[in-house]
Amino acid sequence: MFRDIFNLKSVGPLVVIFIILLILPTILPRFYTYILAVIFVTALLAMSLNMVVGHGGLFQFHHGAFYGVGAYTVALMLTKTSLPVWTGFIAGPIIAALTGLLIGAFCVRLTRLYFGMLQISLGSLIWAIAFRWYSLTGGDDGMHGIPMPPIISSQNSAYYFTLIIMAICLIIMYLIFKSPFGATLQAIRDNPERCEAIGINVRRHQLIAIVIATFFAGIAGVLFVVVEGSVFPDLLFWVFSLEIFIMCLLGGWFTFAGPVLGAAIMISLRTFVGIYTEYWTLILGIILILLIFFLPEGVWGYILEKFGRQSKEAIEGGSK
Amino acid sequence: MEIGQAFTVSALGSQFLVGLSRAMILFIVSAGMSFVLGVLRVPNVAHGSLYMIGAFAAFSISNLLGGGTAGFWLALILAPLVVALVSLIAERSLFCHLYEREHLMLLLFTFALMLILGDLVKMVWGADYRSIMAPELLQGSVNIFDSPFPRYNLFLLIIGPLVGIGLWLFSNKTKVGKIARAAAVDREMVGAIGINVSWVFAFAFVLGCFLAGLGGALVSPTISVTIGMDHDIIIEAFLIVTIGGLGNMWGALVGSLIFGLTQAFGILFWPQFAIVFPYIAVVIVLTWKPRGMLKSVW
Repeated sequence: MFRDIFNLKSVGPLVVIFIILLILPTILPRFYTYILAVIFVTALLAMSLNMVVGHGGLFQFHHGAFYGVGAYTVALMLTKTSLPVWTGFIAGPIIAALTGLLIGAFCVRLTRLYFGMLQISLGSLIWAIAFRWYSLTGGDDGMHGIPMPPIISSQNSAYYFTLIIMAICLIIMYLIFKSPFGATLQAIRDNPERCEAIGINVRRHQLIAIVIATFFAGIAGVLFVVVEGSVFPDLLFWVFSLEIFIMCLLGGWFTFAGPVLGAAIMISLRTFVGIYTEYWTLILGIILILLIFFLPEGVWGYILEKFGRQSKEAIEGGSK
Repeated sequence: MEIGQAFTVSALGSQFLVGLSRAMILFIVSAGMSFVLGVLRVPNVAHGSLYMIGAFAAFSISNLLGGGTAGFWLALILAPLVVALVSLIAERSLFCHLYEREHLMLLLFTFALMLILGDLVKMVWGADYRSIMAPELLQGSVNIFDSPFPRYNLFLLIIGPLVGIGLWLFSNKTKVGKIARAAAVDREMVGAIGINVSWVFAFAFVLGCFLAGLGGALVSPTISVTIGMDHDIIIEAFLIVTIGGLGNMWGALVGSLIFGLTQAFGILFWPQFAIVFPYIAVVIVLTWKPRGMLKSVW
C-alpha cells in the first residue's frame, strides 16, 4: 500500500529537503532559525485548514480559533496546573479537536457562506472570552514567558521539535488525503448532491474532516507556544483566520503542498518587508491582487502546471 | 464580576435607547454590505475600511472647513461621496475584471483591498486618535427616563429610519433600483434583456460603499476615530447581514436591532463580557433559523 502512495521519485527530493532543514540551524543565524520555525508552525496550520477548505470545500472562515484554543490550552496547563508537562502538549490538540467537534456540529447544518458566518461568530465568541477573561487568560496582553520543558527550551531544540512534529503531521495528512476518506471528501467538495444520492453521509464526513483539521490546528497551536513562548488573543482573531485562508489560496488550494508554500511566502513577506517599511500589508495587498489576476491557481498550482506535470494532476493534488 | 446593578426602569430604558442608536449606525453600514452581497454575491471584506475612510474623511473635511456647524454638515455629505469615489476607482480599475472568475477570488480581492486601504489610511492620517465635535445643536443631552441621553444619539435615531426609507424608495420606486434588485435575483436574465450588468454591479458596489462611508461619517462624533476601527465593524456587519438574511435590507435592520440591543443590555448586565452577548445572539438565531430571520434574496 505504501509503495503506491510514496513512490521513490517524489519522496527523494523531500528527504533531501528534510535533511537540509536538519542541517540549516548549524549554519544559519539565530534569527533565521526562528523564522523557519515560525514558518513550520504556520505551514502546518495552513495545511490543516486546507484539508477542509481545499479538499473538503467548506468555508472554514475561523480556523484561527482552533489554533488559539490549542495554544491557550497548553499555555494554561503549563502555567496554572502542576500536571506533568507533556499532558498539556497532548491536551492542546485534543481540546482543539473537541472545540472543532462542538462548533462543527453546529456549522455543518448550514452551507457555504452561512457555514462560514456561523463559524466566525462562534469563533469570535471564544476570542471574546480569551480577550476579556483577564484573571485566567491575561486578557488582551496574553501570557508571556511560558515555561517549557528543558528538552525543548533552547531555540535549536525548539526548531527540531517543530520540524519533526510538522513532518510527521504532514505525512499523516498525506495518508488521509490519499485514503478512501480523503477521496470521498474531495468528491463531496466537487458535487455534494451526487454524493448524497449515492448514499454518502455528507455531513458526517464533513464533521469528521473538521475534527481532524482542528486537531492538527491544535498541534500547530502547541508548536506556536513552543516557538514563541507566549499566547495572545490575536491568534483567535478573525483577521488572522483570513490570513491563513489566504495562505491556502496563495499557495494553491487544490494542491496538497500549496499551503506550505503560501505560509512560507506570507511569513517571509511579513518579516522581511516589515524590516524596511511599516506598510507591509500594503505590499501584501498588491501582491495578492497580482496573484488574483495572474496566478489564480496559486503559486504551487502554477508551478505544477508549468513544469512537466499535467494540470489535471495538479488539480487532483498528485504532487509531493 | 459586577453582575447585578440596579435594574431600574430608567436604566433599562436609557440603555434601550443607547442600543437603538447604536443599531442605527450598524444598520446603515450593514445595509450597504447587504446591498453589495445581494447584487454581487460577494461579502465585501473592505467594507469596514471604507467605513473607516468615511470617518477620517469627515474629520479632515470638517477641520478644513473650520470645524464649525457648517463644516460638520458638509462633512456628513461629502465624506460618503469621497468613499464612493474611492470605491468607484477600485471597482472600475480592478474589481470589474473579476466578475467572471471563481467566487472566492472576489472575496480574496476585497481582502486585498482591505489590506491596501488600511495602510493607505495609516499613511494619510497616521495612527493618532482623532475626534470630531458634533455641531452645537446636537451637543449636550436631554432627559429621557429621568436620565441624560445624548442629543447626538437622538439625531441618529432619526437619521437611521430616514436612510432606511430612502433605500426602500430607491430600490422599489426608481428604475435603477429595480434593475439592481432584478440583477440580484437573476443576472443572466437582466443581461439578456440588454442591460449592462457590469455597470449595474458597479453601481451596487459604489452605493454599498457610500453607505459604509455614511456610517463612518455619522459615527465619527461619538467615538475616537483611529485605525483599527475597520476590524470591529466589519465582523459585526457580516454577522448582522447573515442573521438578517443575505441581501435583505429589512434583514439588515432586524439584525442590527438584535446586535445593538444585546450589546447595550450586555453592558448593563455583565460589563466585562458585554461583547460576548451579540455573538451568543447570533448563534441562537442561526441555530434556530439557519438562513437568517428574513428571506434572503438568493
